[in-house]
Amino acid sequence: MKDPSQVIHDCAVRLLKMAVTKLPKDVEAALRAAEKSEDDPTAKTQLSAILSNLELAATGVPMCQDTGVIIYYVKVGDKFPYSGMIQDALVKATRRATEEIPLRPNAVHPFTGVNSGDNTGEKIPWVNWEIVPGDSVEITVFPKGGGSENVSIVGMLKPGVGLSGVKKLIVDNAMKYMGEACSPNIIGVGIGGGADIAIKIAKQQLLRPLDDTHPEPAVAKMEKELMEALNMTGIGPMGLGGKTTVLGVKIGYAMRHPASLPVGVAVQCWAARRSTAVISKDLKIEYLTHPGGK
Amino acid sequence: MAEYHLTTPISEADARKLKVGDIVYVSGDRVYTARDAAHERALELLKKGEKPPVDFSGSVVYHVGPVAWKKAGKWQIVSAGPTTSTRMELFEDEFLRGYKARIIVGKGGMGPKTLAALKEVGAVYCSYTGGCGALAAKGLKEVRAYEWQDLGMPEALWVITAQDFGPLLVTMDSHGNSLHEVVSKKVEAKKTEVYAKIGVKP
Repeated sequence: MKDPSQVIHDCAVRLLKMAVTKLPKDVEAALRAAEKSEDDPTAKTQLSAILSNLELAATGVPMCQDTGVIIYYVKVGDKFPYSGMIQDALVKATRRATEEIPLRPNAVHPFTGVNSGDNTGEKIPWVNWEIVPGDSVEITVFPKGGGSENVSIVGMLKPGVGLSGVKKLIVDNAMKYMGEACSPNIIGVGIGGGADIAIKIAKQQLLRPLDDTHPEPAVAKMEKELMEALNMTGIGPMGLGGKTTVLGVKIGYAMRHPASLPVGVAVQCWAARRSTAVISKDLKIEYLTHPGGK
Repeated sequence: MAEYHLTTPISEADARKLKVGDIVYVSGDRVYTARDAAHERALELLKKGEKPPVDFSGSVVYHVGPVAWKKAGKWQIVSAGPTTSTRMELFEDEFLRGYKARIIVGKGGMGPKTLAALKEVGAVYCSYTGGCGALAAKGLKEVRAYEWQDLGMPEALWVITAQDFGPLLVTMDSHGNSLHEVVSKKVEAKKTEVYAKIGVKP
């Protein structure tokens, strides 16, 4: 019988390696389409550099030196027999991946300024837990870079500004940070809940494939409208001008307090790295974003 | 839009030839990484009248916190795309005046203080495509030294020999031109149209 904790550990290391060296298909396809559609020479140069970089990275090198703060999203089935082993396995996998891939050590103690050197420490890697019906576990690795995180915001709007106020917040933010977040970006938006809930929902939207459509027409319409508006700004790849400022806008929501309109805006750089696998109760692994674990 | 292949140390005259829109490839042994902490330390030494461990004159200073590893006893740069340069706006002008670096490389551009110093000193700011760490590492051939290790891997001063490191796009030159300013103005001019699209009154 395989050691369940080792299986989870090995799976997470592999997920980290795939995430930082190879983009999910939907993201790569969007970047290729953008490169074709640009006629501004600077914008085209930026996008073709990104595409050459992806080819080099696919040989096993992190595509970006900022391999991010390591975040996991875990959906654990209520009948998965090894749920108690997951947290520990993920922390150990983060350490091993830091050394083996390698990842850049990005965990700094806020009081002492000391970098732990292995991407672990107080509350890091951060694990988002969700308990779902079933007997398997789905693990997503989401390394989040600092540049795009630095321009993510929460706006506590007055409900009276309505949805057009929500849209203004997102567009104004983009026009402020311009190319600082390594555009083309993906924008995750969370509306409602509370300050913490809104930004959590916003970040979760970044896990959605770019080619999906929100099931609710009103939300889908706003996603499309915002994407078109942001691409009208002329900010372009790396903020050096062009048509492609965002590859997608993804919106989620929660019910809100009558007196509040919280809006979380999570900004993702073009290196939208994520990888997901499912481990069954008999420890079989299926890799979803990178089929065959490649 | 011309293409240049320059070797360090880069002269003031060569740096002044470069204009916004030009593409540069750099080779040579005066290529250094420096982020916030390394800039601060270099400026402290300047104030104290002490010498840094490297010669910054005619150099290329790259805003980057690389991923590196030691293979067979030798450090190698694995991935090294640029970091956001505006953080260095606080002290880049002083650094340029004090050390006479000729090419600053980063992403996102820098502000008016740096632009003025580029003009005064005879230097340029080049943008490297953000996130392209694997591609950049190809041009950063050899790590000769890993100085100021106490600052941590990303913040340390990496001393590098480069070979055709690029393409670097000149986005701020020594003639007072900044592509970043131009794009900002264009985006500002688009604001009314963008607001109209989402139903917001300007």
